[in-house]
Amino acid sequence: MTIRHHLSDDVLMAYSAGDLPEAFSLVVATHVSMCDECRARMESFDAVGGAVLAQGDTAAIGADSLAATMALIKSGPPQDKAPVRRSGIFPAPLADYAGDGPGAVKWRRVGGGVRQAILPTDSGASARLLHIPAGAAVPDHGHHGLEMTLVLQGAFRDETARFGRGDVEIATEADEHTPVAELGEDCICLAATDAPLRFTALLPRLAQPFFRI
Amino acid sequence: MTTQTERAEGEWVGHMRRIRDDADTAAFAELFGHFAPRIKGFLMRAGADETLAEECAQEVMATLWHKSALFDPTRASVATWVFTIARNRRIDALRRQRRPEPEDLPWGPEPEPDQEAVILMQQETEVLARALAQLPQKQRHLIERAYFGDLTHSEIAAETGLPLGTIKSRIRLALERLRHEMSRGEQ
Repeated sequence: MTIRHHLSDDVLMAYSAGDLPEAFSLVVATHVSMCDECRARMESFDAVGGAVLAQGDTAAIGADSLAATMALIKSGPPQDKAPVRRSGIFPAPLADYAGDGPGAVKWRRVGGGVRQAILPTDSGASARLLHIPAGAAVPDHGHHGLEMTLVLQGAFRDETARFGRGDVEIATEADEHTPVAELGEDCICLAATDAPLRFTALLPRLAQPFFRI
Repeated sequence: MTTQTERAEGEWVGHMRRIRDDADTAAFAELFGHFAPRIKGFLMRAGADETLAEECAQEVMATLWHKSALFDPTRASVATWVFTIARNRRIDALRRQRRPEPEDLPWGPEPEPDQEAVILMQQETEVLARALAQLPQKQRHLIERAYFGDLTHSEIAAETGLPLGTIKSRIRLALERLRHEMSRGEQ
């Protein structure tokens, strides 16, 4: 798998610093699971956080703090839930939200043959899976804020480039694009946005409140 | 200051090993004395009140004990590892958010890590610490704010003054290391 479209430095830094809404963090964690280059970059941003902590202000700890911590240790490790494994085209972090691959997803039709499933994240941004039939267009839309689209299966093209499995497209307010799924395999993407998508065609815009697009 | 930090980081790696291999409480007490006040300071800068910061610092240090076998000194410094645990605690306790994490690599840390790789990591840590310390105050302050959770992504993106160049060489090394491990893992 050759990934050509990577996460930007500002997105990786925001993820490492813990500044991203959950929906974007899901896209980052899923992409990093597929991309060594971004994993190396993420670890480097973590190292910046390590340096900030090492050089940062200290706060006096309580006199009994160490004893309290030892007691905490003796009470045993917290019960972590069993780690989720990757499942088909879903890397582990996505399988944790969406289940065992596309077959297990509760898809809803949103018109033009496109199906989607909203994933449960906090309200700072929203994440969804999109299933676009091979050769079909995703409705033309612009953006209010930030949008990240990660390809899990198949590929799409827009005015700027081709995006295949593992590629992530980061679009901002300035971008108006018309992605089209390539012929061949249906395209499945994980997309996150911090604003409702704004469709330029009249009908889909009317439909927005119903479909939570 | 340089050699002092370098020696300290090397020492902490040894402490982690003693905790992992011998459940050494004396080593833990020293690590605690160094890192707990920093974790608490970090969490208070991130908006936690003193009680919560104290409680979370204890939880972070307890996690460090329980997960000591997962610490890989060829991939991260002790401070970086502590930071990632503290950050996740901050997101969980302060923002009440889940944090999706990438898949673990298919191999875990070596029981006997390559000493050369450990020392290389310590040197990189030192270079990064020095680069951060030498930044103009304004830039340094900005980076700190990002890691304390004071900046949104769009604020980070809009800030062209962020000296991301300082970590480019570190990224290159991290990538080489990862690819090296990857080829070893496939053998």
